[in-house]
Amino acid sequence: MKTWLKIAVSVWLTGIIIAGIAFPMVKSPTTWYEFPFIPGLEEKARNIIFHVPISWSTVVAFIMSTIYGILYLKKKDIDYDLRSVSSASLGLLLCVLATVTGAIWAKFNWGSFWNWDPRQTSIFILLLIYGAYFVLRSAVEEEERRATLSSVYSIIAGVTVPFFIFVMPRIMSGLHPGSLGDEQGKGPVLEFKMATNMLMVFFGALIGFTVLYFWMYSLKVRQMRVERQLQQITDTQ
Amino acid sequence: MIAATAYHIFIKEFVSEFRTRYALNALLMFVVTTLSIILFSIGQESPSPDVLSGTLWIVIFFSAMSGLSRTFVAEEERGTSLTLRLLAHSSSVYIGKLIYNFILILVLSFIIAAAYLLFINEFSVKTYEIFWLTILLGSAGLASASTILAAIIAKANTKGTLFPVLAFPVLLPLLLTCINATKLATEGAFLTEALKEFQILLSFTIVMITTSMLVFDFVWKD
Amino acid sequence: MKKLTFKSENITKLYNRRKIIENVTFSLSEGVSFAITGKNGSGKSTLIKVLCGVLSPTKGSLELKVDGTLIPYPDYYPHIGLVSPYLNMYEEFTAEENLSFMARVRNLGPDAGERGEMLLKEFGIFEHRKKEVRFYSSGMKQRLKYCAALLHQPALLVLDEPSSNLDQYGIEAVRKFMVLQKQHGTLIFATNDRDDLQYADTVYSIENGKN
Repeated sequence: MKTWLKIAVSVWLTGIIIAGIAFPMVKSPTTWYEFPFIPGLEEKARNIIFHVPISWSTVVAFIMSTIYGILYLKKKDIDYDLRSVSSASLGLLLCVLATVTGAIWAKFNWGSFWNWDPRQTSIFILLLIYGAYFVLRSAVEEEERRATLSSVYSIIAGVTVPFFIFVMPRIMSGLHPGSLGDEQGKGPVLEFKMATNMLMVFFGALIGFTVLYFWMYSLKVRQMRVERQLQQITDTQ
Repeated sequence: MIAATAYHIFIKEFVSEFRTRYALNALLMFVVTTLSIILFSIGQESPSPDVLSGTLWIVIFFSAMSGLSRTFVAEEERGTSLTLRLLAHSSSVYIGKLIYNFILILVLSFIIAAAYLLFINEFSVKTYEIFWLTILLGSAGLASASTILAAIIAKANTKGTLFPVLAFPVLLPLLLTCINATKLATEGAFLTEALKEFQILLSFTIVMITTSMLVFDFVWKD
Repeated sequence: MKKLTFKSENITKLYNRRKIIENVTFSLSEGVSFAITGKNGSGKSTLIKVLCGVLSPTKGSLELKVDGTLIPYPDYYPHIGLVSPYLNMYEEFTAEENLSFMARVRNLGPDAGERGEMLLKEFGIFEHRKKEVRFYSSGMKQRLKYCAALLHQPALLVLDEPSSNLDQYGIEAVRKFMVLQKQHGTLIFATNDRDDLQYADTVYSIENGKN
């Protein structure tokens, strides 16, 4: 990744994070660096800057991992498998973070860390899928077979994703208040309850975290390629 | 030709299971043991039909985990995988084993469901059509996902514990839908109220089978 | 005799980045007997698996044509009969049941029963045909593998270690069918046995995966 982009995204994200955490929240904002109160959320709304972009990135990572898996099955080029694992490793890390930030938010908003809210359960299932992916990989010794089996598994797991996105709200609406029956509606992002400046910080975070993800991904792929080349050298000795 | 071969493979699985009987016995004992544990833990309490619906599908799920991987794992362990590979078209192998797995889990879940109805008084089903249709469609869904996953783990090293790990995230939407439908059956809902659930179960099964047929070759052919 | 051409070009197979076989190239036609020799661990069995379409090569290509028709890789199985230590019979079934299962699955037609009987007799296990295979000795199991491989009269007969586990009578039966196969199709076998090599037209020796 280009150096200027790396510097730019570092500065950008630092700024976004500072804005997200430090900008005061007041009832009627007067200056550009003051956020308005969102009824029901108040200070806890700051989580949006972290939680949503991270959740978004982990889903992107999973999709990328599956696509590279499909490409491996078609082209049989092991480099695609390296890209698939790199994506998945980052996705796993991001998923853990997403689950944790989500649980923290849940504690402050709804009273307990875990609530079987549809979105919370969905991110947990994604975590299980990532976990299963890596457990499967560790159980296969041979490189080509490992790549094939894990690609197939990501495809199988991938096709169930639409189901749990669709199934969850049906199941959970009866179980827990605050999801389908929430008077606040679909949440601050979709309902545009955020003021313009807050919205800008939020979208800035979304872009910043996504670029950060691609930066980390490119590093990880390079690392895996080098590792593999090293192994090839030690193998032939 | 593929259908006929699939049928012969299914018959082979069936007769083979009958001859050896180790796995079948172990599976039945597993069902008996799990049901007993549930009955003992209920004891004098009266758990709600909701909780009982959940435990019903837990038992069915774990029975599936015990029994549905055998069809592929046994071939690898006994060295007959190569034999089958050189004997029949891969689609026939998949379909034959899929049908076998479906019959197996259907029989098991029927036994478990019947046991629940007979031995647990608090588990009262009011709309039987919903209940049995859920058992049928749930078994189809379980079999469809389990067969391709069994094919995957058969080619890996630590087969036993790997199967539930891979299967649980994939089967969770199916299980939750089955639990929901069972709850509706205990509440006495009309058949049409469970229509959404049946649609989900049916489409899950169809999607799983279609996807499996597309990727099975990659797994079966090394 | 079926017309057959079998070409292999630069077949390479890696296992965890290590080359098990490398740049294997040859060309066969019907009536030819092709032997692969090499020490244990030289890659013979891996090459056999690749040639049968069971293991896909990392690099290179195979071309099999039977009676002028190109057979798509890796579905060579209707035209291949393989005897290998890695290919076992179903031990919970009898010899008869194994053979009839294979005949049904391969859709062989009504003559298959007679042919099966003939093969069982030739290999000397006809009297044991109603016994479950798990009660067989290793020699008997090996003979049954031959019956199974020859049942569908494959154009290509592939043998991995033809004489293993067999006594003198078994070996005689095998050699008889090796000669017969040359008249009806093509024979490929992997061996280290000097006596086996007499039956080869071409010998391909492998060392560390290379010719």
